[in-house]
Amino acid sequence: MSDPGAASSGSGLEQAAAAGVGDLSHVDSGQGQNKPRSLWSDAWRELRRKPTFVISLVIIFIVVLMAAFPTLFTSVDPRYGNLDNYLKTPSADAWFGYDVQGYDVYARAIHGARGSLLVGLFSTILTVLIGSVVGIFAGYAKSWVDSVLSRFGDIFAGVPFVLGAIVILTTFNTPTENPSAVRIITQVVFSIAVLSWPVAMRIMRSATLVAKQQDYVKAARGLGASPLRIVFRHLLPNTVAPVMVYATIALGAFIGAEATLAFLGIGLRPPVVSWGVMISESRDYFQAAPHMLLFPAGFVTITVLAFVMLGDAVRDALDPKSR
Amino acid sequence: MSGSRSVSWLALPVALVMTLTACGGGGAKDSAAGENPDGTVSIYGTEPKSALLPGDTTEAGGSKAVDGLYSRLVAFKPEDGSTSNLMAESITSSDAKVYDIKIKSGWKFHDGTEVKAKNFVDAWNYAAYSPNAQQAGSFFAQIQGYDDVHPADEAAKPATDKMSGLEVVGDYEFKVTLKGAFSVFTSQLGYHPFSPLPDVFFTDPKAFEAKPIGNGPLKFVSRTPNASIKLERFDDYKGEDKVHFKTLDIKIYSSQETAYQDLVAGKLDFMEALPPSAKIGGKHKADLGDRVLNANLLGISTIGVPSYVAGYNNLDLRKAISLAINREQITKTVLADSYTPVDGWVPPGIEGYEPGVCGEFCKYDAAKAKEYFTKSGFTGKLTIQSNADGGRKEPLEAACNSIKQALGVECEFVGATNFGAFRQIVDGHQLTGLSRSDWSADYPSIENFLNPLYRTGGSSNDTVYSNPAVDALLAKADSTADKGAAIKEYQEAHKLLAKDLPSIPVWAEKGIGGFSKNLTAAKLTFSRDADLASFRVKG
Amino acid sequence: MGRYVLRRLLQLIPVFLGTTFIIYALVWAIPQDPFAGKCGQRPCPDSYISAMSDKFNFDDPLVLQYLKYMGNLLTGDFGDTFSGISVGEQISTAYPTTVKLAVIALLIEGIIGVTAGVLTGLRKQGFLDNLVLVSTLFLISLPVFVTGFVLRLYLGPQGLDLMDTGVDTADPSIGQLILPGFVLGSLSMAYVARLTRGGIAENRRADYVRTAIAKGQPNSRVVGVHLLRNSLIPVITFLGTDLGSLMGGAIVTEGVFNINGIGGLIFRGIQEKEGVMVTGIVTLLVLVYLLMSLIVDLLYAVLDPRIRYE
Repeated sequence: MSDPGAASSGSGLEQAAAAGVGDLSHVDSGQGQNKPRSLWSDAWRELRRKPTFVISLVIIFIVVLMAAFPTLFTSVDPRYGNLDNYLKTPSADAWFGYDVQGYDVYARAIHGARGSLLVGLFSTILTVLIGSVVGIFAGYAKSWVDSVLSRFGDIFAGVPFVLGAIVILTTFNTPTENPSAVRIITQVVFSIAVLSWPVAMRIMRSATLVAKQQDYVKAARGLGASPLRIVFRHLLPNTVAPVMVYATIALGAFIGAEATLAFLGIGLRPPVVSWGVMISESRDYFQAAPHMLLFPAGFVTITVLAFVMLGDAVRDALDPKSR
Repeated sequence: MSGSRSVSWLALPVALVMTLTACGGGGAKDSAAGENPDGTVSIYGTEPKSALLPGDTTEAGGSKAVDGLYSRLVAFKPEDGSTSNLMAESITSSDAKVYDIKIKSGWKFHDGTEVKAKNFVDAWNYAAYSPNAQQAGSFFAQIQGYDDVHPADEAAKPATDKMSGLEVVGDYEFKVTLKGAFSVFTSQLGYHPFSPLPDVFFTDPKAFEAKPIGNGPLKFVSRTPNASIKLERFDDYKGEDKVHFKTLDIKIYSSQETAYQDLVAGKLDFMEALPPSAKIGGKHKADLGDRVLNANLLGISTIGVPSYVAGYNNLDLRKAISLAINREQITKTVLADSYTPVDGWVPPGIEGYEPGVCGEFCKYDAAKAKEYFTKSGFTGKLTIQSNADGGRKEPLEAACNSIKQALGVECEFVGATNFGAFRQIVDGHQLTGLSRSDWSADYPSIENFLNPLYRTGGSSNDTVYSNPAVDALLAKADSTADKGAAIKEYQEAHKLLAKDLPSIPVWAEKGIGGFSKNLTAAKLTFSRDADLASFRVKG
Repeated sequence: MGRYVLRRLLQLIPVFLGTTFIIYALVWAIPQDPFAGKCGQRPCPDSYISAMSDKFNFDDPLVLQYLKYMGNLLTGDFGDTFSGISVGEQISTAYPTTVKLAVIALLIEGIIGVTAGVLTGLRKQGFLDNLVLVSTLFLISLPVFVTGFVLRLYLGPQGLDLMDTGVDTADPSIGQLILPGFVLGSLSMAYVARLTRGGIAENRRADYVRTAIAKGQPNSRVVGVHLLRNSLIPVITFLGTDLGSLMGGAIVTEGVFNINGIGGLIFRGIQEKEGVMVTGIVTLLVLVYLLMSLIVDLLYAVLDPRIRYE
């Protein structure tokens, strides 16, 4: 073991999530390969009975529905601002009230789900993808390659998350253009992924290190299986559990990170509507009109909560020790 | 899940806040007691972006200290910016080109040396000399010989380091020759780059930067970066704008919000501007009561229409946009009543202001707007660009919504992250639509609202507007020696703008500040500064 | 052990250089005008630009700029900002505040987190356990700035007036930093609680605990000596790593409470494009972070007898 305790940097939540998953990767993968099928089915049986699992799935389903079909929830145009409704508090007409531009906060919160979720989803995919590829490679390859890759990961992990994101986003916000929605989202996604992938890499790497020592992997290698086959057929299935758990929690964390970056004025911004954007718009008006902040912040919190709960439940279910 | 619970949990404190602040507002009046001539006054400040040299300070953070440290030839009246002699005994000119300036004798710098005519001349030469890289160097561009000390080509070494237009006549008299007649030069003299510098500065500028020595009512004590700048009353000061307290503490804040909290709590004595959150719903009036300060500011907000953007060079479109902005409503709501709608390119309060220059086109009329819009034949999307921070985004987004609803055209606010990024777009002529164009006067004169902004090649003519007729009128006004006659000509130029709408006047900011219960009196000036001479500390 | 430390120290060098170079390149090399907006409503005078370009070596190639900069840094010279203020001086006034805040946050999260974790770990499935589980989940999900804003508004002078929340001074007192410290530590506090709870619950069934109970040792001794000692190892290493990142300055928390620490300094530095400031602080932070994670690894070995480094 070369660096057993080295936890990740990253945004606070993600850090916490990753550290927890790290434990899992040591325990679980070892257990998992003995009787993989029954572990997963055991887990599923246990999960179905867990209220937190069911609740979080329901919340996530609703949020995804909002993001995909916002018009199911509201028929109000989130970009229609009427100053007659300036800062009106919640009422029967507008459940969440109106904001400073006279936009309907409820309509914006519903439409904001898409931007926030997209950022969370793409950042997670990218983070996990880069992290897994590098991690599995580092774990499986010779030790000097491992060293180089690990140090390379450290370079990015050494930058505090918020700080790194600010520097990247400020630098690449070329002010001479009117960035499109796609470009704004891509920028945020990339800056999150660039700073987070070492975490996923470490999880994947340590899971691979454990799995690599298993007899059947050695056997497969002895039988002359190609490295690619070993990685895909034998290693990947046994390392996927901790990464999945990490991804779930990270997705929640990245939605929170989007909100934080927007709050600092460098994350998503108009024309994109997202919860983070709404939160950053509410900053000056928080005292006079708390509903501008509290509703989108509530959406963020509940969504993050759902993903963290889901990840928690899955981890507990997969970890035999906690039963 | 816990939504309803948290709402009720929040509602109670809100009610408490309101009762608490209401109490605070009422208690301020019963304090006509004594006055403490040796008290300390703390004012809100931001970190200066340059050394505390008068010629290198062009932004608000440094100006606060520089204004107290140095006194200039003329002073501005806090209310309207009309000028009166301060260090000058007399300023005379027969042709508005050659000025004969006599200064009062007996004035001292903080190090005890006397202020003489050459201190002015040397300081101005230093600021203008390009290798010294002083940010306010261009303020001297009107003076003859400026081009020799500050060539247009930055790489070129200047031929000399002295402007030929400055000539020391005696210890207390010097002569200034301008390139051409320029009637508002006397107003310019009140701006802080025109301060004198003591001889000791020229021997060791670096040491001076660490401990500046001026001729103003306050002398430098200490500076802690990002925390505070301390100044103290200069007892040998001869001017009329003496201060009535001992120590001035410029407290550096990173946020107006905290500063405002401190102001209300009595831990900060003066703010020249209040944060947006304090103005919403008139909260500041409840918090501060009769300690709210108001002033007419010499600034104006317009929406610039860059002439170089295809599609916008269309008078009907500009008229349509101007008619479509509901200025009244936006200033009342989004701007929290801290701005007033304007009807021209010169704000009220400036000598020479005439009401209604913009006329019918600066009044909201959705039907007429739609009419002009149809006539313009514009298709596509309108955009308004600005930096998004500092509360710049909200009113412009509201303007966009107003345009959108009146004209039925898509309109979008495009924000740059900060002022620097936005200026980069503007300076590089890379705007792609309408843009925020706010101007606050360097010195109180109608000239300052026209020449830099609308004259061909003007230093801040960001929309690249060019109209020979306007240019001609402005040139003529500049060279008119008689102030009254000059103003008449500037007014003519102003009226021509209404025909072209090179930018769309929208609103002007009201100066709203406040002082703490530790003071019994304070005044806010037309330039949104503290009028330090008016401050009285409670005894 | 000594060899391990040496190897780790050597490994730090490329990581340190890599991180600082990336930041340096991001701050200085991307084609952007560092002077835009520096001089108010007007573009900066050319003379000013050329003087500043000289001062910061803008005309050199990037790698050379970086090396010159690092060279100065190694001799302890952090350079000056555009306005001629020494960066080193600014850092040395801001850093004590950040360290103070970090320590307070750490104490809060450690004390509250461990207490909650021990209480619930000993009594799994009770009401208290569920309460702590739910509230930690909630804390984890709540963005820090929301916690900060809500607490600041409702506890500060404009709310219940319980404490002083405007911390905009050069040298804030401990009292002023308690609320920000709580906000800053809240997320980790939740995690410490869960980590402790997990450890206690797991070790409670361990053989050595059963043995201790069977031997008839008093409950307090079982918990205090056997259980806690072993359950707290991961907690302590977590706290160590956390201190490393807390020392990096909390940009958001310092922003919400206007604390003049490293976080605020660096945020302003980025916004005002004070590249010297940004690179200087980042270099320092990276160094602190790397050293902290090394210390944590060593601590792990000291605390957990099962781990030995070679």
